[in-house]
Amino acid sequence: MDAITDNLSLFAGGYRTSLLIALLGLVGSLLVGTAVTALRVSPLAPLRAAGAGWVHLLRNCPLTVVLFFMAFGLPEIGVNGSYYVFGVSALVVYTSAFVCEALRSGINAVPQGQAEAARALGLSFTQTLGTVILPQAFRTSIPPLGSVLIAMFKNSAIIGAFGVSGDLFDVGEALTSARGYAVLPVLTGVAVGYLGITVPVAAIMAALERKVAIYR
Amino acid sequence: MSLRTRAAMAALSTAVLTLSVTACGGGSGTGSGSSLSPSVASSVSFAAGSTMARLSGAKKMTVGTKFDQPGFGLQGLDGKPAGFDVEMAKIIAGKLGIQPDGITFKETPSKVREEVIERGEVDLVIATYTINDKRKARVSFAGPYYVAGQQVMVKKEDSAITGPESLKTNASAKVCSVTGSTPAETIKTYLANPAQLVTFDVYSKCADALRTGQVQAMTTDNVILLGLISKSQGSFKLVGEKFTQEPYGVGIRKGDTSFCEFINTSLKEAADSGAYEKAWTSTAGGVEGAEKAQLPPAGTCS
Repeated sequence: MDAITDNLSLFAGGYRTSLLIALLGLVGSLLVGTAVTALRVSPLAPLRAAGAGWVHLLRNCPLTVVLFFMAFGLPEIGVNGSYYVFGVSALVVYTSAFVCEALRSGINAVPQGQAEAARALGLSFTQTLGTVILPQAFRTSIPPLGSVLIAMFKNSAIIGAFGVSGDLFDVGEALTSARGYAVLPVLTGVAVGYLGITVPVAAIMAALERKVAIYR
Repeated sequence: MSLRTRAAMAALSTAVLTLSVTACGGGSGTGSGSSLSPSVASSVSFAAGSTMARLSGAKKMTVGTKFDQPGFGLQGLDGKPAGFDVEMAKIIAGKLGIQPDGITFKETPSKVREEVIERGEVDLVIATYTINDKRKARVSFAGPYYVAGQQVMVKKEDSAITGPESLKTNASAKVCSVTGSTPAETIKTYLANPAQLVTFDVYSKCADALRTGQVQAMTTDNVILLGLISKSQGSFKLVGEKFTQEPYGVGIRKGDTSFCEFINTSLKEAADSGAYEKAWTSTAGGVEGAEKAQLPPAGTCS
């Protein structure tokens, strides 16, 4: 276990980097995912098609492929940027497709009459969606959203292999190969680090679910 | 025609075809395989119970090597690696009376090298494996068979970076190396901030990132860089001097002193017979700008 205790500061640094990546991914994918959901339920056919295309393309591509396109494909056509930005962007666009589908399931659970009543009151599409439908949809979507977000946090480990240094995964690699520590204790440390991110999130989601639950 | 007859006829025609092809091919030499063939000892005997006795008795040996390092261990179209590390393995195998085809090469990236030795998945690891104390705690090293040194490589047209020291003054420059490798750890002391270091799992990705302009420099042992320069048709160049000494050793099971001594003797004999130099010039040493072959003095076996 001295592999962990001797390198606590390294693990702490890795935890911070991973947590920041996870939080950026969380905010980004919720924003982009909500926007794509708005497209998918829009009254305009071209917007619906664009939303559906986004979801189908990204949801059916492995994350590694999306990352490859970002980190190695973009520089190939002359777009240079930091690997951190490439990695987080890939994580955001990939997860947004799943967030969109979780939200859409919530929207489908909002009774048709709500939208009709909003329209009858003279609310525009944006107002209907923003003040009537989405707030109710978010509540219903919380359990599936929780799963999607936790999956995203774990997926964020992969971007360490695409030039992003200093996250938990990278710390694990550096300790096992350059410094020759045994793999098992180091990986245990990495796993504990990820649990330190996902377990609190699961708890927050559970609390949120109790708080905003609607009894029908 | 029933399905069965048709299948039989297909098989027959394939057989005829194969026969005719074989007939045509007869007479030409062995198609694949390396041009070098290190001498294989015909009668060998070792102390019973030693690693040498076990390997030479089995006429087989498993060697861990890299598959992505030009000059040292690079997988060819036939699926087999070729390079200086591979030639070293053949020399050692030859002294054990094992033919080159008796060697099974197993891809061994940097991070699993101690693991595969400890678990006995390979008999030895020759994979640009730097000897250091941390690693010596888990495995034993024979050799070194070569002393490399870390250097910096940049694009040919780059004049801003002239050596590792330029990275401190040039804080926006990014440098790439392989995750968890010794060079990646060493270069950290030359950086203005840790974010300048970009790491990938293999060197080929670093070379790609350098080519596309994602990073401005790449650093690792000089010989690996020389291999990449030759592969890039000269679009990269080395800058500055070697700033470390990286003795490459042969990794073996910890405490196997007799095997270690045997490998050291084999290397010495190969150096005396010229086989060592021939292996060097036909692989990594064939690159323009590479230094001459010189077997470094062996370390102590423990």
